[in-house]
Amino acid sequence: MSEYAIRAESLSKRYIIGRRERYRMLRDVLRETAVNAWNTARMALFDRRRFAARNQDRMIWALDDVSFEVKAGDSVGIIGSNGAGKSTLLKILARVTVPTGGRVRLRGRVRSLLEVGTGFHPELTGRENVYLNGAILGMRKFEIDRKFDEIVAFSEIEQFLDTPVKFYSSGMRVRLAFAVAAHLEPEILLVDEVLAVGDVAFQSKCIGKMGDVVQEGRTVLFVSHNMGAVKALCQKGIYLERGKARYQGAVDQAIEAYLNTGEAQQAQQIEAAPDRSKPMQILHLAVVDQAEKLTQQIAHDQPFAVRLRVGVWDTVYRGILALSIHNNDMDTIILSQDFEKDESSLLARQPGVYEYKIQVPAPLLVPGHYRLSIRATRGGRKRDLVVDEVQHVCPFEIFDNGSAYARVGAKWGGIVTGLLKWECVPKVELERQLKFLEEDR
Amino acid sequence: MKETTLSSHLPEIVIEPPRSWIHLRLGELWAFRELLYFFIWRDIKIRYKQTVLGASWAVLQPFLTMVVFSVIFGRLAQLPTDGIPYPVFSYTALLPWQLFSRALSDASASLVGSQQMITKVYFPRLFLPMASVVSGLVDFGIAFVVLLGLMLFYGIQPTLAVLALPFFLLLAMLTAMALGMWLSALNVRYRDIKYVAPFLIQFWLYATPIAYSSSLIPEEWRVLYGLNPMAGVVEGFRWALLGQQANFNAMLLVSIGMVMLLFVSGLVYFQRMELTFADVV
Repeated sequence: MSEYAIRAESLSKRYIIGRRERYRMLRDVLRETAVNAWNTARMALFDRRRFAARNQDRMIWALDDVSFEVKAGDSVGIIGSNGAGKSTLLKILARVTVPTGGRVRLRGRVRSLLEVGTGFHPELTGRENVYLNGAILGMRKFEIDRKFDEIVAFSEIEQFLDTPVKFYSSGMRVRLAFAVAAHLEPEILLVDEVLAVGDVAFQSKCIGKMGDVVQEGRTVLFVSHNMGAVKALCQKGIYLERGKARYQGAVDQAIEAYLNTGEAQQAQQIEAAPDRSKPMQILHLAVVDQAEKLTQQIAHDQPFAVRLRVGVWDTVYRGILALSIHNNDMDTIILSQDFEKDESSLLARQPGVYEYKIQVPAPLLVPGHYRLSIRATRGGRKRDLVVDEVQHVCPFEIFDNGSAYARVGAKWGGIVTGLLKWECVPKVELERQLKFLEEDR
Repeated sequence: MKETTLSSHLPEIVIEPPRSWIHLRLGELWAFRELLYFFIWRDIKIRYKQTVLGASWAVLQPFLTMVVFSVIFGRLAQLPTDGIPYPVFSYTALLPWQLFSRALSDASASLVGSQQMITKVYFPRLFLPMASVVSGLVDFGIAFVVLLGLMLFYGIQPTLAVLALPFFLLLAMLTAMALGMWLSALNVRYRDIKYVAPFLIQFWLYATPIAYSSSLIPEEWRVLYGLNPMAGVVEGFRWALLGQQANFNAMLLVSIGMVMLLFVSGLVYFQRMELTFADVV
């Protein structure tokens, strides 16, 4: 089993800012060219230092000299903060984009679950789309013929098979698309949970499918922010930061490396410079005690607060701020969103800087290590879009401030606590009830 | 329980930055050939979906244009047609022209129209403009039947030259494909193409001897006129179908040379740009 399925050799991908995602009009190009030529000439003549620095500024190395090997049958989790290069890596492996340097050797058919439903044509019927989509995803016609009945059964939409897909509900469409994707039988499967479209049920279906594929001994690469899922599904992990592979090896160590050495993950508080290209931006995040002081050590019986500062740079509709508190395994213990207490926050949010104090009562968290994630979304045409996000940051510890548990040397259990009230029924009453029970017999 | 995945027998795929200017990977095009078939099939299926008149559009477009041309250029302007009834004269030219113009406008929009696919799945991108060009053949076939009717009506009998027709048909498609590769790839980066393409096609219509005969062009300029490959195609169609004397010898050679040049350069440009489509589109 020492055969490799994927071998990446000093893989690099450079994006040039400005050219990265935007197509342009020729007019803009002409104007920019003129402006650039003028600026370049001016800088070259009068400001040599900036001139030298400029060309580097305009490039982003989404992947920078990344090498790794994945053995056939391995399941590998790819972890790291946003912009670490995870999705770029998958795009290169899926051959959607080409690396700038280095190379990847792949053995076997590569398929990815980010392409679910790709190429569906609304005017074609469900039956026709199964064939078209299957062919786009790389299936041969005879394979589709052979698996057709299975695909239809899996999708549970038999009676609408000859209806154009434009009349389908979005749920039906996703079911059909997923049914096709689930019958691809690739040797190497790429899953990008971050990009996976659809509702939670659909995402969990994707992950479920991935579990099956792992069981079958196929090679799987899994990109996720959900450390619990990564731990459950993968044996190995690759931790990326700013386009470099910082750690590769056993999944537990990779996650540990991510949490303990990640630049953002270590910081006690998050401070970001205003970036007006984001409609809504997380400027500051910290854990503070009752005296408003930064803290990383909190007694289990002391309430504390999360201080959050958000910049709104553009009117935002259906904006949502979501705070998650994770335990040591990075499972989400508590998810709290700002509309819970005030639904008017879903209406237009006016530009400005807003500060929140999110109160966490005590006792709530059992003693242990915790981290925060915060996500800002705004309403999109079909679903909410993430506009800014910080993950697994602000580590803090809840310590036992002399509880009964500590005094008797017992262990805290469960996920959260309320130190519930134990009330004992008086002795006389109890005896009366027991007597009743005996008489009944 | 693990089922052993034998990967040693699997073909190895190497992904790396391109090393040479042209990297055709014909083997890969062949391996994906069924997808081309599916794209063509899709384009044909959806072409006239949700239209009242359906496939009759394939006949109506060239036919109505022919009627307009016959009135304006045939009746009013009395353009010479080398002795052929004007309706047949112009309809014969409109057939390859419709094929070409439709193929070109569809092909140039094909990549941008498939953004979602391009950013998510790998397949030879060349198939998208190619499918647009090939699927036009169905329309051509339908409109061709009408031409046979017209020829019968005017009592025109084709000569042996009709055997050369497939060659001219191929030349028209190659021209559309060559330009289609250029425009579709440019369109990914510069959306101006969306506005350029219709204008280009309209302009081209008048630069091609459809309403008039290329015998109107002075002899010494005719070779230069061949730089428009569609001029060679249109005159070729008239020669092959209507038994007109061939007035395009040198002109045709220039047209063929021009198509080759456009095709090869288009292919090179397309393949260079193909690598970054997903990053730019």
